[in-house]
Amino acid sequence: MAADKTLRVVGKAHRKVDAVGKVTGVLKYADDLSLPRMLYGKLLRSPHPHARIVSIDTSKALALDGVKAALTGQDLPIPFGILPVSQDEHALCPDRVRFVGDPVAAVAATTEEAATAALDLIDVKYELLPAIASPEEAITTPEPRIHDYGDSGNLHKVINLEFGDVEAGFAEADHVREDLFFFEGNTHLPMEQHAALAEWSADGKVTLWSSTQTPHYVHRALAKVLELPPARVRVIACPNGGGFGGKSDPFNHEIVACKLAMITGRPVKITLTREEVFYCHRGRHPTLMWVKTGVTKDGAITGMHFKSLLDGGGYGSYGVASTYYTGALQTVTYPVRRYKFQGARAFTNKPPCGPKRGHGTPQPRFALEVHLDKIAEDLKLDPAELRLKHLVPPQSLTANYLRVGSMGLGTCIEKVVAGSGWRQKFRKLPLGKGVGLACSSYISGAGLPIYWNNMPHSGVQLKCDRGGGVTVFCGSTDIGQGSDSILAYITAEVLGIDPFEIRVVTADTDLTPVDLGSYSSRVTLMSGNAALQAAERAREIIAPHAAAKLKIPVSELVFAGGRVFHAEDPENGMAFAEAVQAAEAAVGTVGSVGSYTPPKSAGRYRGAGVGPSPAYSYSAAVAEVDVDPDTGIVRVPKIWVAHDVGRCINAATVIGQVEGGVYMGLGEALMEEMVYRGNRNVVHKIPSLLEYKSPTTLEMCDVVTYIIEDPDPNGPFGAKEVGQGPLLPVMPAVANAVYDAVGVRVDEIPVSPEKVLKALKKKAKGEAPRVGPDRFPDVPWPEPTRVATPWEGGDGKGEAVTAHAPERQH
Amino acid sequence: MSEPNTQIALTLNGEPAQVAFAPHQTLLEVLREDLGLTGTKHGCELGECGTCAVLVDGVPVLSCLVLGLTCAGKSVKTVEGMAQGARLHPLQEAFADLGAAQCGYCTPAILLVAEALLAANPSPSRDQIKELLAGNLCRCTGYIKIYEAVELAAARMRGEKAEPSREAMYGRR
Amino acid sequence: MLRLPSFKFLVPATLGDAVKWKVDSGPAGTYVAGGTDLYPNMKRRQQVPATVISLAGIPELRRISPTSLGSGVTLSALSASLPAGLSAIATAAASVSTPLLRNMGTLGGNLCLDTRCNYYDQSYEWRKAIHFCMKKDGDTCWVAPSSPRCWAVNSSDVAPVMVAIGAEYRLVGPKGERVVPAARFYHNDGINYLTKQPDEILAEVRVPPVGGWDAVYHKLRRRGSFDFPVLGVAAWIRWSGKSVAEARVVLGGVASHPQEIPEAAAALAGSGLEDEAIEKAAEAAFRPAKPMDNTDFDLSWRKQMTRVYVRRALEELRGRHR
Repeated sequence: MAADKTLRVVGKAHRKVDAVGKVTGVLKYADDLSLPRMLYGKLLRSPHPHARIVSIDTSKALALDGVKAALTGQDLPIPFGILPVSQDEHALCPDRVRFVGDPVAAVAATTEEAATAALDLIDVKYELLPAIASPEEAITTPEPRIHDYGDSGNLHKVINLEFGDVEAGFAEADHVREDLFFFEGNTHLPMEQHAALAEWSADGKVTLWSSTQTPHYVHRALAKVLELPPARVRVIACPNGGGFGGKSDPFNHEIVACKLAMITGRPVKITLTREEVFYCHRGRHPTLMWVKTGVTKDGAITGMHFKSLLDGGGYGSYGVASTYYTGALQTVTYPVRRYKFQGARAFTNKPPCGPKRGHGTPQPRFALEVHLDKIAEDLKLDPAELRLKHLVPPQSLTANYLRVGSMGLGTCIEKVVAGSGWRQKFRKLPLGKGVGLACSSYISGAGLPIYWNNMPHSGVQLKCDRGGGVTVFCGSTDIGQGSDSILAYITAEVLGIDPFEIRVVTADTDLTPVDLGSYSSRVTLMSGNAALQAAERAREIIAPHAAAKLKIPVSELVFAGGRVFHAEDPENGMAFAEAVQAAEAAVGTVGSVGSYTPPKSAGRYRGAGVGPSPAYSYSAAVAEVDVDPDTGIVRVPKIWVAHDVGRCINAATVIGQVEGGVYMGLGEALMEEMVYRGNRNVVHKIPSLLEYKSPTTLEMCDVVTYIIEDPDPNGPFGAKEVGQGPLLPVMPAVANAVYDAVGVRVDEIPVSPEKVLKALKKKAKGEAPRVGPDRFPDVPWPEPTRVATPWEGGDGKGEAVTAHAPERQH
Repeated sequence: MSEPNTQIALTLNGEPAQVAFAPHQTLLEVLREDLGLTGTKHGCELGECGTCAVLVDGVPVLSCLVLGLTCAGKSVKTVEGMAQGARLHPLQEAFADLGAAQCGYCTPAILLVAEALLAANPSPSRDQIKELLAGNLCRCTGYIKIYEAVELAAARMRGEKAEPSREAMYGRR
Repeated sequence: MLRLPSFKFLVPATLGDAVKWKVDSGPAGTYVAGGTDLYPNMKRRQQVPATVISLAGIPELRRISPTSLGSGVTLSALSASLPAGLSAIATAAASVSTPLLRNMGTLGGNLCLDTRCNYYDQSYEWRKAIHFCMKKDGDTCWVAPSSPRCWAVNSSDVAPVMVAIGAEYRLVGPKGERVVPAARFYHNDGINYLTKQPDEILAEVRVPPVGGWDAVYHKLRRRGSFDFPVLGVAAWIRWSGKSVAEARVVLGGVASHPQEIPEAAAALAGSGLEDEAIEKAAEAAFRPAKPMDNTDFDLSWRKQMTRVYVRRALEELRGRHR
């Protein structure tokens, strides 16, 4: 790997390659596209949370002027879903609706007005079924089942894993503590509403332009549901106007737009309304959590038992993975000698939950960081000191067989503690003012793909033009995080050219090699490594011919500043374009490919597929809060956050991700929530940008960002993720700061003024100054899978305890 | 079903323009669908996010709640009208320099609101910028790079030789 | 995209024409000023007028003086152009929604704001899922299903101030003009929330001359912009030397009209706004405040906040009198 000071592009602050397109309004998002003869599509959605469809009559709609086609579930009978184990969605519900907003029919018309009017003319007869509004109800109401698959009744997934003997861990402890926490669901709320434009050509090919983070998975779903050979389906992901995980599933409207285009022979566009975006959801699972931890006097964790219960909503989505993620990374953040995880996901009659920034880990992070704050107080230790004393060693294996590479958490903690004046403030500020600390870790891409295969996770093709231009082709999708730019910077670094002279072509299943998509913070590491390999191979193709022309050994050749030259004698060189010409003359067209496959993971037990990553990022944050004791209103003036990113590829975009992560975390901490009226047909209470509260400029705090660079051997130039990690410590840091400010515990997210005031009143009455859940329901757990830890001589395999443990297919 | 189209004349991004559309169409729809100016975005169409803001006679308004008809004889400015020829507006330069546009979707509206702000107040304080941008939601940036970009552009527009601060670009180490 | 239904759009140049055209268009006609309240409602099909009559072309509605405020003045212009003595109006106007919306929304629009409820301010499809509500297309008020009336909330920021300071509204209608006290303009019913006849135009707000009195407005909401008040407190005091000659406390966001609290006023009269008098007034306001579960926040917390916000409003008035 190149030494730090030799880097010319990587690590510097650059404009993004698409910055000018964005500030001039030239960049085309999906809804900005239109085609001649284009029709407008609309979906009719269920007004019932749970019902059987008795009949659908679209004849009156079809008779309306301007209406060209109507579809029902019978037209698209093949199910789909993001995970192979949860193929439980239909483009239009064929026989059953599972939440208010579930689509049942669709129309295409010459104007959006006509399409909307046509929806009202579709006659749907329903037979109502009892609706389930909460996971607790799902447990006590196994029938009727929302889906006819899943681990039992209305429990979609139940997990029971034990790494080492956790009871022995508690027996060894000097102190054991149990706590309960709840994290309310919230949603991504990208500013861009999802849109899809489909075009069918008479030669049997369909093209879809869509606001999606995962064109490859949409491509697979379209081929499957439309029954077309994949080679006849083309998916182009437009620049996303924000994603945050909300555009990572294949969606009904994408499939429906294609089908309507196939039927009518005309382009069809469907743009969702804001309310419909709330129904697509796939956001944070509401999660109830129970945690019991044993610690020694100095805070070393001897054993931890963690339980989670997730409200999954009406479909599977990424839910099985989300459930595992609520238990996977506990051991990566701090050393946990023995660990037991039980997780369950329930189906309920609400929009499906899925992956939102941090996927399944913000909830347990909140629980654990507040739990640790309480433990530190029990042990009379400073929470920062407690954490600093117990860091995961770099290059180590955790109890659940996750391989940690570089590990910069200690430095992160030291930076925010020093920067915030922690030692002068903690437990020392006047009533109403407080500080709180929390830490986190996160994956830099998932170690395994979503569907089983042994191919690379990311591929890059690189074309070098004889004029010196370089084009990078990659399936990755820029959702605003700057992934297109990363490809250009890395290629520019290796080939010694200006990143702004590189053309980047991405996210087009016809033109670009597969990248799995913009999720799990995988793109910089994986497509970055693919680009690195492709660029190095291109250099290897070019170098001998340039060296021969310069009459120097290849080993003394330098690619920099748009030139190729002798390291000792820079005057002896040529333009990059001349070097390409020399190579092209010798070997023909100059191009290369690169790809990336993550290293094999160490765990081999069932469930070991969630959690492994080529590298883990680390973050620490200190939040300062002002709490109004009369109202319970919490304001956050400032957050200090340090993030171990391994290495910055572009420092400016790293800071942008940190600040954006803090923003989203602040919204979750204080105000954002998906709420439903369980007693009123389980309607979403507030499906609007007005009533779903996203912080404005007036709520956003100041942010001090510390970038920690602890290069990881698996990252391109050492880079790890930054898109999701910095969000994670924000919620617990705020909750811990509220306790420091006014001495009450709100063990629930969001920390709303109602809850703070309620806790303050309890405190005034001499009751336990806490608001939060008080019980974890009985879940029919399967027998545990026991896995011996690495230090017990384990081999990563698990064994089911009894012979008749429930068998589950993956 | 619909009332007949009405034609209006207006000044669009500094040039005279004529366009015909149905009376119930909003300025947002007219700009995007009848005039092909898709730089103006939308996030709710109900006045709840600020994403569709444009300038009418120099005043920032929500184009999703303005009838196209009421713009007859007025001057409408969209993001497409900010650059002068091939030269970006200083706000556009600063937003690009600082990475103030992440996904870029709220950016056109914020640029225009900021332009109106700087026209009225060439040296706004950080708090004044926050107040004036309080009607524009951004889910990506946490607004901080946006404030810094507005401040940088303001300084450059005042004729100062200004560059982004090292901390804004590289953080603390 | 969420689109407006089709309608005929008229732009009269005089109040006379406006009223005449409104009468001619019958019950399917409606007035519009800034459009920031009406157009979202129309997009959600809460209102579907066949004819929309704009008041934006009538110059007299945009006139403004310290004692007379034209209803067509935008909220931005209003908050920027009032004398210091009318700061309560300016504060309330400047707290409405966002800078963008205030550039469009008018004083008259805010004073006539449709009552709000999160069972009502929803799309047609959403409302269909709950079989609609009493205020539009349905029979039941879902906030209080056994109630014979609609409980949608008056969510105007400026109206409580106008009631508190004793402003008067000049209405122009087919039968001529009339002037009504602000308090009598509102009615505690979510559907029939204005006493104004449908054809009447709120043309002008007459404000008492500045001097001898003071007023403040305090607003409670989740965020510093966008949000409607879940509680607004307008407090008005006529001073007699160091003591209160007369007072009014008006709550917004807790009823279908700006709710005047005479018991709070009585608790303040004759006092010097000492802590004890303020506490009494705050308690008096707390008791009748009856927020319902149809806005942001938990209703019991909102009720508790009346005490805090009334106290803070009165403390501000006391501080300003020193």
